[in-house]
Amino acid sequence: MESRRCLPKGRLFARGFEFVEMSNRKSKNNLLHGECLSQVQRILRERFCHQTPHSNLFGVQVQYRHLIELLKRTAIHGESNSVLIVGPRGSGKTMLINHALKELMEIEEVSENILQVYLNGLLQINDKIALKEITRQLHLENVVGDKVFGSFAENFSFLLEALKKGDRTSSCPVIFILDEFDLFAHHKNQTLLYNLFDISQSPQTPVAVIGLTCRLDILELLEKRVKSRFSHRQIHLMNSFGFPQYVKIFKEQLSLPVEFPDKLFAEKWNENVQSLSEDKSVRDVLLKHFNVSKDLRSLHMLSMVALNRVTASHPFLTAADLMEAAQLCSMDSKANVVHEFQKFVQRKAHSIYNFEKPVVMKAFEHLQQLELIKPVERTSVNSQREYQLMKLLLDNTQIMNSLQKYPNCPTDVRQWATSSLSWL
Amino acid sequence: MASYNTRQKTRKTYSWVGRPLLDRKLSHQTYKEISVKIEGCSTQTHIQVGQFVLIEGEDDQNPYIAKLIELFEDDSKPCSRKCARVQWFIRFCEVAPCKQHFLGRKPDAQEIFWYDYPACDDNINIETVIGPVRVVALAPDEVIPMDLKNEKTFFVKLSWNGKKFRPLSPELFAEFDKLQGEGPKCQKPRTKNAESPSWCTAENVAKRIESRHSASIPCQIPTHPAIPTARKKLEFRSFSRTPDAKISQKTSCGSLDSPRKTKRKATFSETTSHSKRPQPDGIKTSSPALKALEKTGEVGLFCADDKESPECHMILRTRVSAVKTTWISETNLTPTRGGQRSSAVPYVDLKPEYIKKREAKEPEAQNEATSISHRVRRKSSLLTLNRIRQQLRFLENDKNDQEEKEFLPSAEDSDSSSEDEEVCAPARERRNPCRTSRNLWPFLVPSVQTPSKTPKKALKPRTPHRVTAKIRSRSLAAQEPASVLEEARLRLHVSAVPESLPCREQEFQDIYNFVESKLLDQTGGCMYISGVPGTGKTATVHEVIRCLQQAAQTSDVPPFQYIEVNGMKLTEPHQVYVQILEKLTGQKATANHAAALLAKQFCTRRSPQETTVLLVDELDLLWTHKQDVMYNLFDWPTHKEARLVVLTIANTMDLPERIMMSRVSSRLGLTRMSFQPYTHSQLQQILVSRLKHLKAFEDDAIQLVARKVAALSGDARRCLDICRRATEICEFSHQKQDSPGLVTVAHLMEAVDEMFSSSYITAIKNSSVLEQGFLRAILAEFHRSGLEEATFQQIYSQHVALCRMEGLPYPTMSETMAVCSRLGSCRLLLMEPSRNDLLLRVRLNVSRDDVLYALKEE
Repeated sequence: MESRRCLPKGRLFARGFEFVEMSNRKSKNNLLHGECLSQVQRILRERFCHQTPHSNLFGVQVQYRHLIELLKRTAIHGESNSVLIVGPRGSGKTMLINHALKELMEIEEVSENILQVYLNGLLQINDKIALKEITRQLHLENVVGDKVFGSFAENFSFLLEALKKGDRTSSCPVIFILDEFDLFAHHKNQTLLYNLFDISQSPQTPVAVIGLTCRLDILELLEKRVKSRFSHRQIHLMNSFGFPQYVKIFKEQLSLPVEFPDKLFAEKWNENVQSLSEDKSVRDVLLKHFNVSKDLRSLHMLSMVALNRVTASHPFLTAADLMEAAQLCSMDSKANVVHEFQKFVQRKAHSIYNFEKPVVMKAFEHLQQLELIKPVERTSVNSQREYQLMKLLLDNTQIMNSLQKYPNCPTDVRQWATSSLSWL
Repeated sequence: MASYNTRQKTRKTYSWVGRPLLDRKLSHQTYKEISVKIEGCSTQTHIQVGQFVLIEGEDDQNPYIAKLIELFEDDSKPCSRKCARVQWFIRFCEVAPCKQHFLGRKPDAQEIFWYDYPACDDNINIETVIGPVRVVALAPDEVIPMDLKNEKTFFVKLSWNGKKFRPLSPELFAEFDKLQGEGPKCQKPRTKNAESPSWCTAENVAKRIESRHSASIPCQIPTHPAIPTARKKLEFRSFSRTPDAKISQKTSCGSLDSPRKTKRKATFSETTSHSKRPQPDGIKTSSPALKALEKTGEVGLFCADDKESPECHMILRTRVSAVKTTWISETNLTPTRGGQRSSAVPYVDLKPEYIKKREAKEPEAQNEATSISHRVRRKSSLLTLNRIRQQLRFLENDKNDQEEKEFLPSAEDSDSSSEDEEVCAPARERRNPCRTSRNLWPFLVPSVQTPSKTPKKALKPRTPHRVTAKIRSRSLAAQEPASVLEEARLRLHVSAVPESLPCREQEFQDIYNFVESKLLDQTGGCMYISGVPGTGKTATVHEVIRCLQQAAQTSDVPPFQYIEVNGMKLTEPHQVYVQILEKLTGQKATANHAAALLAKQFCTRRSPQETTVLLVDELDLLWTHKQDVMYNLFDWPTHKEARLVVLTIANTMDLPERIMMSRVSSRLGLTRMSFQPYTHSQLQQILVSRLKHLKAFEDDAIQLVARKVAALSGDARRCLDICRRATEICEFSHQKQDSPGLVTVAHLMEAVDEMFSSSYITAIKNSSVLEQGFLRAILAEFHRSGLEEATFQQIYSQHVALCRMEGLPYPTMSETMAVCSRLGSCRLLLMEPSRNDLLLRVRLNVSRDDVLYALKEE
């Protein structure tokens, strides 16, 4: 999921750079302007792509308070805690914890007295790896350089021993952050979770176990003895804001900070953003987007695409930019590939064009590659390709739509579509 | 020398009684009892640890007297491996004549002295034990009671440390008294018969030899008339000619071998004398003594001017036989070197020289067994290595392990009568190096014992370099609670250990009684404790152990060793062996080896050792396909000598019936206990006891949370967590005001809601319009088809239809798919992996009513 979504982000990013480069090269006289723009793009892209703790939090003040108080108690009083941060994807869980940790580390008495361990369920796919990672990040004495020596069992008892030796008042608190917490619950026997929670509930080294997950049924995944040891604190992030707030967030996300070097440009830019947020068409676009998905990451995506259209000759965002971006974002992915589909449909409809068999087969394979059609499960290897049963992975409406968009569509295909598909 | 023959012709068979126990430090197998069977005689003598025995010496009239401290099997010796550690007693005649006047009175005939000289080698071969004897401790001024004045009873009044006679210390006295109380019990009725012959054998033989040795014995005790029956028995026995590993050899080749033996002795004593040259005076004296001994046989003379009488004493002993001399002279060295270590001369410098000398003498010692040459080579490597003693200690442990392994397969062949003397002789000589294996100076041991392997090994002990497992400590101390609420929070934390566990008194008492009775009876047993999580099982057991440990300190119960393992803290079930072994003995081993060692420890007889209490938490995790781990855990306590109490904890009540094979559950037994979930009044009591003298909660609030939790799960942890959260909420809400008030019902309700309310409904309420529309479409589709499952395509067309009805612009397929997967990732929907695309099947993970309720709200 995550990776799939990240991919286009990167591509767009690269394209954006090209634009800037080109614009710079073309208009040398507009150099100052270009520099400003590139800086704008850098700042905003950073804001959109990285979960930097510099940006503001929206609508999660209560949750943030809860979390920061909890972390402070662990750091200052040595109280062990465990908490889960639950929320759908893109709701700012990682942002929240990063913010909280940043604030925590700014407290002078805490910054020296805390150890952090980051684990990610996608990286630490079993307890063995997770254990090595913990040992490495804690810099225990069986770590040499970056390598952890010893067998799994040895490391495990070593780590437990290390954590057991500590006590509330004298040991350095450890904050465990488990990203994709639900994946840890699938480890064998949930050994790691059991032990982390057990430490948090026994007079050992103070720990704070913070799990991040998007699954609402996370507690049901835990074994009952693990569940009993978990403190049942959950912080829910639900994107519980309405549309007016959404627009406000949009405005704030696009605004330039006051530290921007070119004050004049920043002012102009911010004014433009302000007027954009009041524009009717922009609000329509945003509303549509809001209706589809409330999460802020999709908003970032939208803004990013729009931002890429900003060049030296076109220095400010316009409503049209946003509309186009929205269109790009909500485009039906399958509609674009229908062209290939035509040939096959023609063949099926016994059209006057008599393609040769290999050509048809090639087209057929291509369709299969694009996953527009899919063989029925478990086809035996022996059956000839001509007689394989296939499934169509397209909806009738999609075919109709794409046919309408396709200008050079042969008439007989169009006819076939109108007759047979409407009949279906 | 021929005079020894008569005695040696009787053959005694020594066999262990009971199971071996594993000695923790030395990894020897120790035993508590040995039975001596004399061939041709139907009787058996049982000798137990703690009993007093006679040990054959060079003076058969006055055999040595000693107290058995330990019986063990020394696997490092190939031939006769049964050994014993003893506390020596010394007769007055054995005290150096020049020092005899220290006593200041005429000793009684049966008076012996506690030999308080730690440097004396106290390891003996079991075959030198003649039989049990009775020793009675008396106060220095007490008169020897007449009724006990037979020759089988000896009296101890004083101890002799080589310099002074001292009264026995009160501890020793107490020990004696205890033994005397046990005395009649130890000497089993059937041993009565055997006791006298064994004693008389020595007596008779002694009589014959006496004349020959009288010259060398400075002080004589009037000989006692031998009992005629015993003599008869002796003659009878002399017909049996089965060769004992050691004795037979002596009988048959005593005279033949003597030149060779003396020669060997010569080399030995020479080497020793060489080695002594650079050493201090005290040591020097012993080597001339040795030399003189072999040349003239006159010991008394040398003893007279010997400053270290124990050496003299040792030398006296060397007269037993030529072969014995060789090893005693060796052991004789060790005490001197021990003394030397304490002196200012650093032994590291001396030792190489000693080794060099030994090496130089190697050609002479050619006829020695190969192991000796090994030893020499080894020593030469030592010379270059100049290692520290610490490492040697490590090595010794390693070595012991290794040798144990090496010799394990070879059967105990000391008793095998088929062994003829050619085989026997080198084997016995090889025993020499092993003699010292258990002495007090470990730095000699590796050099003697280790078969020449790589000298590198000595530098690299097998134990991995020790790293301390520790999280670094904080530079700034943790803050102590400042307010009432903070204090309450600290006390309410699950990790806070309360002084007492309320509401578990009955369970506590049951477990306590169980463990205590096992400790007092010195038996083993199993107990199975079940209960849902958070009902205080582990806490109660910990409490029991704590109380028992306190009781053990005041010696109300015998001391015991406590080991705890947790199934969840293991990477795999067999690791439990490794953990138990490490906690029991500090050894590290692989799972298989650890299992073998533990089995050996628990299933074989060992010296009296304290009971082990083993707590196995999360027992169900130890399930394996063959159930061998569980089987072993429950099988060990059934062995009489294991003295193992196993307490097991698991969540399910019927675990033994459900997952265990019948042979495992049968061994677990029926001592079961089930912890019921806490009732609301119990939970309330727990909270009140934790918050004693601390007014942080309203009474109603406590009652409310107790009732809530009792209705849900009865999990005390939950209860405490809720209260803790409530104090936070309270603190937060009162932040503006100066004094945070009490935690009220409202605060607690908020905490309960936060923890237990389902998040699905809020999630649906907060989802986007399209997501809500999709959920509606799912409901419609389910309603239409009457099934609880639909494909994505069906739902999509339903969605489009709904949108048309409401006049909304309908979304594209891709958008809808994204919505679907988003809902799926939250687990509002259950769906197949997304590769099925349109034909993806979708289900609701929430009840329809919940969805309807959540959607209607708006």
